[in-house]
Amino acid sequence: MQDLGIRVLFEGNNFARLMGGLGITIQISLLSVLLSIVLGVLFGVFMTLKNPVTRAISRVYLDFIRIMPQLVLLFIVYFGLTRMFGINLSGEVSAVIVFVLWGTAEMGDLVRGALISIPIHQYESSYALGISKKQTYLYIIIPQTLRRLIPLAINLTTRMIKTTSLIVLIGVVEVLKVGQQIIEANRYTAPDAALWIYGTIFFLYFLTCWPISKLAGYLEKKWKN
Amino acid sequence: MKKATKFLSLVLSLALITVLFAACSTSNKASSASEASESKTTSSDSSASDVSEVKTGNGTARSLDEIKESGKIVIGVFSDKAPFGYIDSQGEYQGYDVYFARRIAKDLGVEVEFVSLEPSSRVEYLETAKVDIVLANFTVTAERAEVVDFALPYMKVALGVVSPDNALITDVKDLEGKTLIVAKGTTAETYFSENHPEINLLKFDQYTETFNALIDGRGDAFSTDNTEVLAWALQNEGYTVGIESIGNPDTIAAAVQKGNTELLNWINDEIKTLADEQFFHKNFEETLAPVYGDAVLPENLVVEGGVIE
Repeated sequence: MQDLGIRVLFEGNNFARLMGGLGITIQISLLSVLLSIVLGVLFGVFMTLKNPVTRAISRVYLDFIRIMPQLVLLFIVYFGLTRMFGINLSGEVSAVIVFVLWGTAEMGDLVRGALISIPIHQYESSYALGISKKQTYLYIIIPQTLRRLIPLAINLTTRMIKTTSLIVLIGVVEVLKVGQQIIEANRYTAPDAALWIYGTIFFLYFLTCWPISKLAGYLEKKWKN
Repeated sequence: MKKATKFLSLVLSLALITVLFAACSTSNKASSASEASESKTTSSDSSASDVSEVKTGNGTARSLDEIKESGKIVIGVFSDKAPFGYIDSQGEYQGYDVYFARRIAKDLGVEVEFVSLEPSSRVEYLETAKVDIVLANFTVTAERAEVVDFALPYMKVALGVVSPDNALITDVKDLEGKTLIVAKGTTAETYFSENHPEINLLKFDQYTETFNALIDGRGDAFSTDNTEVLAWALQNEGYTVGIESIGNPDTIAAAVQKGNTELLNWINDEIKTLADEQFFHKNFEETLAPVYGDAVLPENLVVEGGVIE
């Protein structure tokens, strides 16, 4: 029975299809993660502003994204925009938009947390040395913030990669869906295939996330001093 | 302070704009990449792989002319419901629904682009006109008929009851006082609890659990869609479907956006025309017979010309 299951994996183009699905997963998640990190850092700085208007804006935005399940956001962007405004986005674009909105909000909050954890004397010493506010952020505060951010950002990144399994609901066929297609196509002939296919997908997800946490470990070490 | 705020807001808005552009261009790349792989997998359907992506517009369904003009019809099917709509090991769409979809495209003189649907989003896809037709094992119900337009049925399903050979149940009367396994939320659960309260029901959340429960002997029989039990009994020796058809048969039909009468009428005419060549019997032979073998008679499933006897 066991060889039956693994046979399915290498039948026809099945393995290539799984890799293709993984490609879609990686493309969408990495693009979203990169954009989220850039925008999230900016949003985090924006959140620390003491202006009541910007505070209100960032608060509303953050809470809205945090409360909404990602699935609802995906449906709003993919189906809702078409229904209300006649804007027809492809599933991939919708997915990236939602993930960037989500990532920016969460990343922003992480950045805000890291920023306010920098002791006030860092700012004050910097100003006392005659360094401008912009330079203070660029050369003193943000580098220190980044170091504190790494573990948090990695959590968010891997979470985003795994959450891409939701985008199948707006018609984007990613690795998990390809796996289910393969399993279902062989449901009657090889019922054991599920274990093998899911095992492979587990391994593929691991291969995707592992280098990222390796990189994080490396950066953490490198930026220690 | 003010200067810094201004500077920041400037940076933010600039970043937003660039990102919007970047998102657009990169995800275009992403979608064209998936397009490429799609056209690779469906190369037999679309000879020209460089056909530009069909945009089904802005939420309003396309007319017949618009579909013909674009040279492509977008049909939503299941990609993981063998043998009705699934993807084979070569990466091609196959199955009973898909066979019909291909015929529709052929008779319209256009290529077909398949979209993989999930059961829960089938109505949404039609309402926002992201597909022209849904051919995804769509059971006709009164609630659904309020939001989409169903064409004539091309298939029917009823409930079946499977039981072990050594205690075969061939009539619903045999079930009295016995335990019947059903899956929650299925038509089987509704039918038996409404019409046969004398039968004890043992309910499970998932299909796999129900089959395992029957094997373990936790119930005397198991009931769900007859296609499902028939296919299962074929693979599992010692079990036979004693009751092949019980309850009100549900029909399965193609659906289009509410109000797209032109396309709807075309499909209905097509179904009537296809009855002359017994198209759906041929479809059954090609797609379902290899799975069901002799266990299922085409008369129990196939509807020709939209007429149910």
